[in-house]
Amino acid sequence: MSRSQTQPETPDPAMQNPAARARWMGVLARARADRLAELLAELLPDLPEHTALRPPEVGAVMVRGRIGGTGGPFNLGEMSVTRCSVRLADGAVGHAHVQGRDKGHARRAAVVDAMMQSGAAVDLRPLLDTLAAEEAARRQDRAQQAAATRVEFFTLVRGEDK
Amino acid sequence: MSADALSGGFSDAPVQSARAFRAALDALSRPGRIVTVEGAAPPAPLSVAAGVLLLTLADGTTPVHLAGALDCAVLRDWITFHCGAPLVGPAEAVFAVGDWAGLQPVTRFAVGRADYPDRSVTLIVEMPGLTPAGMRLAGPGIETTTLLSLPEVAAFQANRALFPLGFDTYLTTDNRLAGLPRSTRVEAV
Repeated sequence: MSRSQTQPETPDPAMQNPAARARWMGVLARARADRLAELLAELLPDLPEHTALRPPEVGAVMVRGRIGGTGGPFNLGEMSVTRCSVRLADGAVGHAHVQGRDKGHARRAAVVDAMMQSGAAVDLRPLLDTLAAEEAARRQDRAQQAAATRVEFFTLVRGEDK
Repeated sequence: MSADALSGGFSDAPVQSARAFRAALDALSRPGRIVTVEGAAPPAPLSVAAGVLLLTLADGTTPVHLAGALDCAVLRDWITFHCGAPLVGPAEAVFAVGDWAGLQPVTRFAVGRADYPDRSVTLIVEMPGLTPAGMRLAGPGIETTTLLSLPEVAAFQANRALFPLGFDTYLTTDNRLAGLPRSTRVEAV
């Protein structure tokens, strides 16, 4: 079964465009827990009613890396993740796997994921844009700090080669 | 994916799975003792007790085989979401779930090897009922003898003859389960 973005409109935006859902889930997973809590509290003082299909639980995942295009995969190291799945009163199901051990973060991210698949998506868009912009700024800042320490090596022409 | 497939897991996994694990150990170390478990609400046709056993014992490293009528989409999804266990054919299974008729012939399941007798299947047999009456059990964990309603005698006697190889069995109905390890001798009364 193939799926393309030119399909006719379906009621479930996440199924229509899984890449978009992957993007917002990624933004929520990498966001700082306190910023998500702060921004969400401005929109919704209380989280909408939901049942936990899988209550927040902390675990570790092995992060694997690959050096270069042809390098074999190797284990870079383990990191803590917290996962959670919730169902809202309207039946929308949200999942989250987030960085770190903050259970509130995982629950909020799962609720936002569920709401993004319902009519509330428009209201939540600015929150996700803010989090994505802050993440981009953090990356940029870090890249700049690293770039400032870059050392260039030049080969000086020495006389004996002539 | 149906709505049932996502609900019915443990609500407080650390506590509930520890209690269920203790119950599973009790049942297997005292063959014939019927213990009560709680915490899971799997979709039909799986019983609560079989659901609790799967949530407690099955994970990504333990392939599960669903036999007979239990091999349905909603249960496959439920096990995938809540346990993460791969669903496989009978020969590779570490756990096999089904009613006794669906599990036949039981000889197709792994019984371990002489150097690794632990590489064998654990059968989770769904029973219409479970009462301390019927077949006589004797062996480790039983002071003299005890009675338990088993689906059959010959298969368990053949399994005992393979010792130390063989499969271990949990019998489940509703929210109750009993254990029957490979070391137990079974005879008809």
